[in-house]
Amino acid sequence: MRKNMRISTLSLVSVLLIATATSVMAAGSEADFKTAYAAAEAANEEAGALRDQWTVTATALAAAKKAADAGNFDQAVAQSKGAEALAKASIFQATSEKEAWKTIEIR
Amino acid sequence: MASTIRVRATASGETTEVQALIQHPMDSGFVKDAKGEIIPPHFIQQLTFEYDGKNVFVADWGTAVSKDPYVKFSFKGGKKGDDLKISWVDNKGATDTTTAKIV
Amino acid sequence: MAALAFAAAPPAIAADTPNPAADAKAFQKYFTGKFPKLKLEDFVNGPYSLNEDMHKQWEEKEQFPPYEFSLDMGKEMFGKPFKNGKSYADCFPNQGIGIRQNYPTFDEKEGKVVTLELALNRCREANGEPPFSYVKDEMAALTAYMAFTSRGKPFDIKIPNDPRALAAYQNGKRYFYTRRGQLNFSCASCHVQNPGERIRAEILAPALGILNAMPIYRSEWGGMGTVSRRFTTCNIQTRGVPLEPQADEYRDLEYYLSYVSNGLPISGPGARP
Repeated sequence: MRKNMRISTLSLVSVLLIATATSVMAAGSEADFKTAYAAAEAANEEAGALRDQWTVTATALAAAKKAADAGNFDQAVAQSKGAEALAKASIFQATSEKEAWKTIEIR
Repeated sequence: MASTIRVRATASGETTEVQALIQHPMDSGFVKDAKGEIIPPHFIQQLTFEYDGKNVFVADWGTAVSKDPYVKFSFKGGKKGDDLKISWVDNKGATDTTTAKIV
Repeated sequence: MAALAFAAAPPAIAADTPNPAADAKAFQKYFTGKFPKLKLEDFVNGPYSLNEDMHKQWEEKEQFPPYEFSLDMGKEMFGKPFKNGKSYADCFPNQGIGIRQNYPTFDEKEGKVVTLELALNRCREANGEPPFSYVKDEMAALTAYMAFTSRGKPFDIKIPNDPRALAAYQNGKRYFYTRRGQLNFSCASCHVQNPGERIRAEILAPALGILNAMPIYRSEWGGMGTVSRRFTTCNIQTRGVPLEPQADEYRDLEYYLSYVSNGLPISGPGARP
């Protein structure tokens, strides 16, 4: 009887936890979007300072904003993260090219 | 204002070779401007080359011809020093005409 | 063991003191080596010199070049005085005639490279006129006319004995070889590593002499374009956000590319596919 109760308590707790977790994922997304978008924008600005922004980063940022305006926060977050990844790749490119360009110079 | 038609006609033996470059936007009516509005169609509809009172070349054009069209053709006949008359009419009713000497 | 380690090490990258004269010599040697049948001056016609069929098309096109209208407009504009009575001739040596091959120059007062396009707009602003867009139309017409008055004259770019000039030259060279944009191309990727090859339907021009025909009537654009237009659209084509026309990097790039083509004749204005 006690074992059964423990199992069922555990099940109840885990069900409640899952339910809570799911509702957090569905509802808290606007804040998530703002964080993700800010991170993407910051990375793109850094790429701008390195004079190597990509056109596709700007497109992804615009798409993220558009999705957020439509209330589609899950998609907006995903696209913001995509934009951030693109911006970070462009930073990596600019940084590694600082030396890499010399290897293809005609001598 | 300068003519929109540049032409060079060269007689050689029995034929005359003609080259012409015409300044015209040739807007097809399918392209949008920076504001997103359609640029209305504006293109040459007929181009005529006339020698000795007869048409030696007539072109009926539409929207598929690009901006500033270039035409090259030859016709039988034509003597050095003779006149060649070129004229065009576009879909807005505008025209231009010029006469060149065959060299 | 030590000997093996040295052998395995990559070749040392040259010290950072630029030697433009040596660069230009190596640059020209690279391209003449790649295309031994071409004379040095053939390189100014870009893709038209690299392909038999295209060469025939070019010869025909030269009889009735599509840049004629722009050139005529440029001549007219150049001769017309500003509202204050002065004209472009007052801003340039030799009245602006037959000087295109000297641009870009290094302005020692300002400590920066000055291109012909930049000089033209500065002339306008100094005389109370609004500047033109750098990429086409009026700017293309004016530079077309100025190039035409210099046809046949060899590029004669000077790098004064000034560390800032050397730095600008080096910066232009760096920009040329640096990969950028999502497609990860540098100017060199196409114009040094693949001249004569196709990219989609186009044949790539060699970097040697690539600015000699500017400005150009480009069929792809359906109109005239300047050096600024080409630099910005090339960036976009590699999916890189373009810099502002006449940004430092672009001025320096033009400086470098013009210098390494010293000796090749100006052929502008030109036409390209």
